[in-house]
Amino acid sequence: MRARVLVVDDDPALAEMLGIVLRSEGFVPAFVADGERALAAFREARPDVVLLDLMLPGMSGLDVCRAIRAESGVPIVMLTAKSDTVDVVLGLESGADDYVVKPFKPKELVARVRARLRRGEDVTPELLTIGPPDNQIIIDVPAHTVTRNGAEVKLTPLEFDLLVALARKPRQVFTREVLLEQVWGYRHSADTRLVNVHVQRLRAKIEPDPERPEIILTVRGVGYKAGTS
Amino acid sequence: MTTPTPTPTELPRPREAEPSGQRVAVPAPTERAAAAVKRFVKRAAKVPALRPAARKLAPGVRQVHRIWRRSLQLRMVTITLLCSSALVGGFGYLIASSSTDSLLLAAQEDAERQFLIGRTKAIEQMSAIPNPESPTIENEITSVLGTLAGQGQNGLVVAMRFENEKVATLPRAGLFWPNDLDLSQAITADMQNMVLDGGWGHEYVDADLGEGVHTYLVYGTPVPTQKWAGSSVELYYLFPVDTEVKVAGDIRSTITFVGVALVLLLGMVTALVTRATVSPVRVAARTAQRLSAGLLDQRMVVKGEDEMALLADAFNQMAANLQRQIVRLEEMSRLQRRFTSDVSHELRTPLTTVRMAADLLYSERDTFDPASARSAELLQAELDRFEELLTDLLEISRFDAGFAMLDAEPTDLVTVVRRVTERLEPVAERVGVQLELVAPDPPVIAEIDPRRVERILRNLVGNAVDHGEGRPVTVTLALDSRAVAITVRDHGVGLKPGEEKLVFNRFWRADPSRARQTGGTGLGLSISMEDARLHGGWLEAWGSPGGGAQFRLTLPVRAGGRLAGSPLPLVPADHPAPQLRGESAQVRA
Repeated sequence: MRARVLVVDDDPALAEMLGIVLRSEGFVPAFVADGERALAAFREARPDVVLLDLMLPGMSGLDVCRAIRAESGVPIVMLTAKSDTVDVVLGLESGADDYVVKPFKPKELVARVRARLRRGEDVTPELLTIGPPDNQIIIDVPAHTVTRNGAEVKLTPLEFDLLVALARKPRQVFTREVLLEQVWGYRHSADTRLVNVHVQRLRAKIEPDPERPEIILTVRGVGYKAGTS
Repeated sequence: MTTPTPTPTELPRPREAEPSGQRVAVPAPTERAAAAVKRFVKRAAKVPALRPAARKLAPGVRQVHRIWRRSLQLRMVTITLLCSSALVGGFGYLIASSSTDSLLLAAQEDAERQFLIGRTKAIEQMSAIPNPESPTIENEITSVLGTLAGQGQNGLVVAMRFENEKVATLPRAGLFWPNDLDLSQAITADMQNMVLDGGWGHEYVDADLGEGVHTYLVYGTPVPTQKWAGSSVELYYLFPVDTEVKVAGDIRSTITFVGVALVLLLGMVTALVTRATVSPVRVAARTAQRLSAGLLDQRMVVKGEDEMALLADAFNQMAANLQRQIVRLEEMSRLQRRFTSDVSHELRTPLTTVRMAADLLYSERDTFDPASARSAELLQAELDRFEELLTDLLEISRFDAGFAMLDAEPTDLVTVVRRVTERLEPVAERVGVQLELVAPDPPVIAEIDPRRVERILRNLVGNAVDHGEGRPVTVTLALDSRAVAITVRDHGVGLKPGEEKLVFNRFWRADPSRARQTGGTGLGLSISMEDARLHGGWLEAWGSPGGGAQFRLTLPVRAGGRLAGSPLPLVPADHPAPQLRGESAQVRA
């Protein structure tokens, strides 16, 4: 089964070029040029990955990102011309899983897309438990479900991967670089803000009080670790 | 302790008030005086015995001194009070003494006239007494005195004394008008001696003649007569001058009262006047403070058309201009940011397409004819350079627009440094440079922006490898309680004197004729400098020709902290001493 990629970009030349590259790498691309129609195109194409330009006519990339995220956990990779903290963080907070800064190399982009698609190979039955006794998080790895106090918590695949990475080795401190490699598939260090923002998003979903986390703990100056009973 | 403790006036003031940098210093006389007092007091404080007392009194003095320095009004009032007291006091004294003098002089002239007439009369009448040895002589003389005194007008006392034992019928103590008075207080020995010596004169005496103390103007004279030859007769006039003295006293007290009132009034007037002048200044100061705190729409109230209104008006104009300028600059900066952002986007999108197309061509170059293949290679390589340059230019313009923001978080610098050296290891190996890392074992945590610091270090280490001439490059990391420092030392061609500053200039190259083997945009160190500046840190260079170069990055441990020094020296320890600071310059971000 060849992976479907939805390209949301208003620049026809870039879209065409992206199509050429993606096809040559064995993906099936679909295109949409403006934000207004992006959601409809998304529903119709049911892509495995979305490539989203942040600056779009009509609806802004951030809004498209939020709209897609509201109904699906499909991996979203932002294409951005800006690497400023505000823009990147805004994009990530709107629900994007990863980003590539223009101008990117084709290989880089393909690597990002592949990294987001490379998952679900885990089939060994595995049940992980983390968090303090009164607030336990149970992760069923093959079923891709997370429950907190018996209630299921909806996580995007990336958030799930991040949680699993931390939960598999509780008490071990993960540096942001290690997490970038394990979860995002970056071989060389990338932007640690990816980790920060996603940890925040994850905390917002699973922590009773995200301001005072007890499940995903920050180790000052080093990284993060999963809290245990 | 034998030395007396100092009186409050010699109070020591051991501590200088903190220097205020913004004072426009035209030392006023009072300030000079204050300084003199301070010097004196300081010297006094050095006397060991005075120290305990000095310590005890110092806080109070400091308080007073602070109030003195802070309040213009207090200073003005005090100065006015002092000056007007001196002036009014002096004038009052002059007026009082001159009016008293003239008053008494008039009285004295009157008295003297009467006295001289009396004297003549006395000589006449005494000569007319037929027989000094007569038993009724006492009554006769008393009646003479009565006539001389004009029958007791105005409390005038007339007295005669005889210093002659031959006239046995007369009392030694003398005869008086009115009778029965004790004149021993009124007629002093000096006066009596003068009279006995044959002279006459006067003096003022306070004496109690039985009716309380009064002031008298006493005249004394001998009465020379033929009849009384061989025996001296002394005549004394005692004029009461109480009225005159009282009037003089009244004048003095009136002048004193008026003087004190005048001084107080002047003080009040000064207080009011300075208040009227100072309060608009205070308002202006407060408004200026608010303005500088960012409340740009703060204005002063303009009342009337006087100088204060002028001040308020001018102030408001200044504020309005400032506001306009600031708003304009903000607008410009916003536009600049927008522009940078737009340019960035507009350039990057087509560049991405070109980049991808070039990549595709490059990967297919084996199937092209040689010329096309080489073209694809060149396209690829130049695109890399173009991209780097674009990235750096946009970065620099972001700094210029004031758009760059520090994204500080606690980070382990050892990891960052290690990552940089590991990533540059392949490059270093290719040119035969050995990379050494000297770092403490435990994590060095500082609140930094890891992306920016990594960029700085990549630049510094990359440059060192490029210019290291195959000799080892050492990266040293050290920290103290307030700062972390990283030095990058190479042993390459080094820097010529003066180049330590130039290296941070945009597009500066050490030797324009040198082949650009390593590329680089020429903006790397400028960006690094800006990155360091954004952290509130320093980026400095040292170098000597042939002796290599060392770059030092110093960053505060806590974001927003201020640097006082660096844990590492800028000039490397392995460098021979004579070429110390002299040829090294520092450029601090």
